[in-house]
Amino acid sequence: MKTVSIQTMPSSTMSSPNTAALGAAAAQKPELPIRTVAVAMLVAAFALLPAVAAFSGQGFYLTLVSRIMIFGLAALGLNLVLGFGAMVSMGHALYFGIGAYAVGMLASHGINSGPLQLFLALGVGLISATVIGLVCLRSSGVAFIMITLAFAQMFYYLAVGLKAYGGDDGLPILVRSQWPLLDLDNAYVLYYLIFALLMGTLFVFHRLIHSRFGMLLRGCQSNERRMRALGFATLRYKLTAYVISALVCVVAGMLFANLTRFASPSYLQWTVSGELISMIVLGGMSTLVGPIVGAAIWVVLEELLTSFRIPLPGDLDALLRDHWMLLFGLFIIVVTMSLKQGLYGRLVEGGSDQS
Amino acid sequence: MSSILSTHGLVKRFGGLTATDHLDLDIRPGELHAVIGPNGAGKTTLISQLSGETLPDEGRIVFDGKDVSALTVDQRALAGIARSYQITSVFSEFTVLENVMFAVQAISGHSFSFWRSVHSDVRLVAPAREVLAEVGLESQARRRVATLAHGARRQLEIAMALAMRPRLLLLDEPMAGMSQAESLAVVELLKKLKGRYAILLVEHDMDAVFALADRVSVLVYGRRIACGSVEEIRINAEVRAAYLGDEEVAL
Repeated sequence: MKTVSIQTMPSSTMSSPNTAALGAAAAQKPELPIRTVAVAMLVAAFALLPAVAAFSGQGFYLTLVSRIMIFGLAALGLNLVLGFGAMVSMGHALYFGIGAYAVGMLASHGINSGPLQLFLALGVGLISATVIGLVCLRSSGVAFIMITLAFAQMFYYLAVGLKAYGGDDGLPILVRSQWPLLDLDNAYVLYYLIFALLMGTLFVFHRLIHSRFGMLLRGCQSNERRMRALGFATLRYKLTAYVISALVCVVAGMLFANLTRFASPSYLQWTVSGELISMIVLGGMSTLVGPIVGAAIWVVLEELLTSFRIPLPGDLDALLRDHWMLLFGLFIIVVTMSLKQGLYGRLVEGGSDQS
Repeated sequence: MSSILSTHGLVKRFGGLTATDHLDLDIRPGELHAVIGPNGAGKTTLISQLSGETLPDEGRIVFDGKDVSALTVDQRALAGIARSYQITSVFSEFTVLENVMFAVQAISGHSFSFWRSVHSDVRLVAPAREVLAEVGLESQARRRVATLAHGARRQLEIAMALAMRPRLLLLDEPMAGMSQAESLAVVELLKKLKGRYAILLVEHDMDAVFALADRVSVLVYGRRIACGSVEEIRINAEVRAAYLGDEEVAL
């Protein structure tokens, strides 16, 4: 009876009815690709963490993982051009900053409407990314890196110079963005908003890289000269990818401003762009999920090393806390030297097969 | 007969070297026009100028009655000029089928489509498979190009050019580095294609050239020293002296 019912299942591929009769359902199922398992575990971990935080009474975890997801979102956005379009932008902190300052500056004028803030932030992001992209995409390789960096630095000094908005000290945000139905002052609501946006972007990007547009982008990464010889006017597509990538970072910046209730020039600093790139490389730049994994490792390690409290002989722990960057740097060097596809890229094997 | 492509006084200099020297060339619809010449005669430079990757210093290129000298590479490709490369230039991270699908996608209008997977898009897959069948690469469709043998990659180059539904094919030494058997397969393929497309063929393999060409142009130091039927070229004294020398190769 049991055997029959299992055999009528449409997609079960059983080796023999004998083993099926044993009822070890998991064994008979077609083997799940490790990629699917890894993604499912990651999604489940993000989805269930608030429950853990609530039970353990450690609200701190909620903020920590919110930060991970925000940087994961920004890295995911940047990786669209970096990992799939061979455009190494060293200036994406700029768009992160635009998002954060849009919330901060508007809030300081009493404009707290979330939809309005989003609309204006995306508008400013769209215009700047289009103009900056048009200039930067005339070059490639090292020149592209340097020009994107230069633009980001311009905006950084602009933010430092904005005395009315805190200048060097940054801009505290008194009221979080007001959304209908969403109370962002509730840490759980904010958490799940970030979660939903991250997952939504991940899914959209997954569709995108297998679409005509995504194939074209990856073709340019592989051999742009050949793409042009085939008849593709590559610039407009690369520019589109650059703008999409920038807008994702704008949204990440808005979320970060809401999380920290602060907009600081340091968000626009080139080190942020560098950190995003490091996260991507750490996780795996030829995968979509890699940058998110990279962001998680980055934020967690940073947290662990800076708050290292296990007493070690000879004040070693204090030394570690003060010079955690040293250890962190070593870790990154080891990972990137030994695993060229990054940690996640290595896990799902190959790294050439995008997911 | 009006020509599908003609060049008028084409000049290209690289420093002191004149790679193309006041070249007038015309290719008629449907003909297979071979360009031969010793190494350094400017054959690849000529193809690059026709496809738009290199800009000539002087002269005009007329394709299908229109001056295309100012068009970019992608504009010329869409106008109907497709080229293959002497040094295989394909997308090695992708499968054979995907490579050809790129070419199909290129001519099918814009690519601002963000949602639908190309692999379930019949308008891309079907024409690509058709072209693969034509060049005999059907069985390799799912293979990653990086794992492909040299000869098959050369065939893929031709398949990609064909998938662009061109009016003029520029083939830059399609048999370079091929085994005897592979060369013969390409000759057979080109015989099938002959007449359906105007083809400009640059090739070192004289057996292939003489078996395929309707007309042959001979370039030496960027200048055309002769143009005519295979028979005319065989007996042309200047060609024998300047290019073939006293080797008497395969004549």
